Amino acid sequence: MANFFKDNADLMFTLNNLELAEVAKLKEEGYKFAQEFDNAPADFADALDNYNRVLEVVGEICGDRIEPRSRTVDAEGPHFADGVVTYHPLTVQNLNDLKQAGVMGVMLDHKFGGLNFPVSVYTMMTEMVSRADGSLQNIFGLQDIAETINFFGSDEQKEKYLPGFASGEYDGSMDLTEPDFGSDLQSVRLRAWQDEKTGQWYLNGMKRFITNGCAKVHLVLARSEEGTSDGRGLSMFICEACPQLVVRRIENKLGIHGVATTELQYNDVPAVLCGKRRFGLIKYVMSLMNGARVAISGQAIGIAEAAYREARKYAAERMQFKKSIDQFPAIYDMLAGMKVKLTAARALLYETTRVVDLRNGYTHLVEHGENVSADDRAKQKYYNKVAAVLTPMCKALATEMANQVAYDAIQIHGGTGFMKDFNAERFYRDARITNIYEGTTQLQVVAAIGGVIQRDNDVRIQELASLDYTGKLARLRDTVMKLHARQLEAVKFVAEKKDPAYHDLMARSLVEMETYIFVGLLLLRDAMKCEDRAAIAERFILDAVPEFEKRFMRVTSGDVTLIDNKRDIIDY
Amino acid sequence: MSYTVLVFVKQVPDTQNISGDAMTPEGTVNRAALPAIFNPEDLNALELALQLKDRYGVRVVVATMGMPAAAEVLRQSLYRGADEAILVTDRALAGADTLATSYTLSCCAKKVGKVDLILCGRQAIDGDTAQVGPQIAEKLAMPQICYVEDVLEFGNGRIVAKRAIDGGYEVLEAPLPALLTVIDSNDPRPMNAKKIMKFKRARTASEVAKAHSNSNYTDGQTVDDELKKLEEAGLLIKEYSAADIGADPARIGFPGSPTKVKQVMSVVLTASEAKSVPATAEGVSLLIHELISDHTLG
Repeated sequence: MANFFKDNADLMFTLNNLELAEVAKLKEEGYKFAQEFDNAPADFADALDNYNRVLEVVGEICGDRIEPRSRTVDAEGPHFADGVVTYHPLTVQNLNDLKQAGVMGVMLDHKFGGLNFPVSVYTMMTEMVSRADGSLQNIFGLQDIAETINFFGSDEQKEKYLPGFASGEYDGSMDLTEPDFGSDLQSVRLRAWQDEKTGQWYLNGMKRFITNGCAKVHLVLARSEEGTSDGRGLSMFICEACPQLVVRRIENKLGIHGVATTELQYNDVPAVLCGKRRFGLIKYVMSLMNGARVAISGQAIGIAEAAYREARKYAAERMQFKKSIDQFPAIYDMLAGMKVKLTAARALLYETTRVVDLRNGYTHLVEHGENVSADDRAKQKYYNKVAAVLTPMCKALATEMANQVAYDAIQIHGGTGFMKDFNAERFYRDARITNIYEGTTQLQVVAAIGGVIQRDNDVRIQELASLDYTGKLARLRDTVMKLHARQLEAVKFVAEKKDPAYHDLMARSLVEMETYIFVGLLLLRDAMKCEDRAAIAERFILDAVPEFEKRFMRVTSGDVTLIDNKRDIIDY
Repeated sequence: MSYTVLVFVKQVPDTQNISGDAMTPEGTVNRAALPAIFNPEDLNALELALQLKDRYGVRVVVATMGMPAAAEVLRQSLYRGADEAILVTDRALAGADTLATSYTLSCCAKKVGKVDLILCGRQAIDGDTAQVGPQIAEKLAMPQICYVEDVLEFGNGRIVAKRAIDGGYEVLEAPLPALLTVIDSNDPRPMNAKKIMKFKRARTASEVAKAHSNSNYTDGQTVDDELKKLEEAGLLIKEYSAADIGADPARIGFPGSPTKVKQVMSVVLTASEAKSVPATAEGVSLLIHELISDHTLG
């Protein structure tokens, strides 16, 4: 009788304090759908009640059904023979449970049979599914593919595919990476050619590391413009599983064993263009990737939650020197550090999803609404800018945190944690991919640094800093804002140096410094709403100060010796 | 032609998660201290009915006898896919034993009209009698198959069911209408998000009346208006009194219950130390001598 929603005070607090009223109103378009659909909410209280109820159901499925199956799924995984991928029977049961619960089209519109929930609520499901079975998220999370068709596909494509995604009849895959191009997607080679007589498109080439490449519906990034070599020659296509689309192998991976990661060969696979030609990478895939980055952040936090709970339980039960080991400073320091990092990453994740929801809402309003005001347009622009910096910041923080927490969870278990009999090693293996796929942490830094230099977070930082804090929280706010003043100094230093190599080398430090400030303020905001959270906020900020200072010293040192001497060091 | 499957369910105190104050000093169940849940094997019965709905398109009607609060298990049935829900509630039904309960439920079944199949959980976790299902079948003169694990065939006026027996199973066929009692043999489906979002608004008439008990109706809306709106939206849970289902007052509740509780004892089980006996001839011999000397044997 485990419920991964009801046993998680932080998650329940987050849902009910995230102030999703504006998000829900945009998503429900002023609650007009209540007239047409008997399951659509009539106001915000109704919508929030729906979110709570459905999360409770998903929490129960995750705790009672999916988690108990996860060890076997990890040990046995999917099966591949004669070009056919067969998922583990327990994975099939997991998906069946989720389909029956009606949560395979969480964000899709009511008219397509979806729940029309915001990204914020969907991400909470992501987190719980990942806590139960990290690998299952890679299939559950493919709802982003339907969402991409919903954003950019034609009406005909939406009608054709979305109801099937909502019912769980269709599953998807996003086919981007190729053997030679991963991070460098603009060089993708898979060729799309058009039969001049019929207008039919065909796809030819290879894709690698494709999650769930055995899916029914594929979104494929392909080169449609002959003679081009950059991102502007790429378009996005939809194709379906067919004999010309061959699964060549499935990968043997370190973690996320439950999901099939495939190599695909396209032998003139019939396809349809999704959206406009040449916008494949620059618009659609960037949108798809940003959605997936939020989802991977949720996956990382779910795995970290599982690892933290396992470590906490073990430390409370394990007796050494006649005491449970969680009474030793060396251990409670680790446990508290894990919990603080986990809570911090969750705070940033849901601030990010809220901004993403507002961006999506105002974008929809501006593109489809009547009587769009200048204010609506300004908001769309603002949230678009903030989402662009928060999404990579969040993915970097959450996935690096998950690795650290999973590492510490094994450490707390000692030798036991190294053994396959315990879950800790699985969490460690499953966490390891999160800071690699959908863009490595190094690439998240590249994506975030522009917004940090341009100070895109400052409006929100000032908003959060000017909340009505008193006493200890006010002092902590002042501490954070002192860091903020130094951050402005550091940014100015790097910008004025006008040295691209130095800028790139210091980017990670600057992004991390920004994260300490932003998350510190989010935790203070939450502590103001709930006194029990003050200790976590305080710990985060007091730990952040020396971490910030270390980076500040480095960034403002002007030290270029690594740039000059790298070969002397690396090649010695 | 569409079949109707009637599932009888019960709201019970959660006796599987007992806390310290689960029993009153008098030795009766302290219902206030225990959360009310859907009786587990009734969930299995509902799941079997919903599988018949998936396979044969039957209409699934769920009914319960209980306090007004028992409407919650009916809503949970709707969240899982039931088509219709009925609450039988009446102060006159209080204190019913299995005889009075099965009589009341058989009246309810008659009120529903043409029923092709009745499904019950084998037993409820608060009484563990396993008598109500079979007694309903007797009163309705229906064939019954107890301890059912699965339905193999259904239709053309007959049902083939697989039921558990000691050390195995047997397959039985019965003409319809029939009654089955179902054991913990399937995995009840989770509640469905969209159905929750719809049917969370489903109400019985007494729930509507209670919600309006402090209302002065300044908006001109009356309980009847609201009931009408709920009914149009398919959100009204039917509510029957004993009179509505044509039950004989002498056969329901306390008057209809010949079971008399003579004495209630609070039995405190004390755990004693476990003892291991070596699996040797000497070990067994020592154990036998010990059992004979304390008069457990002989």
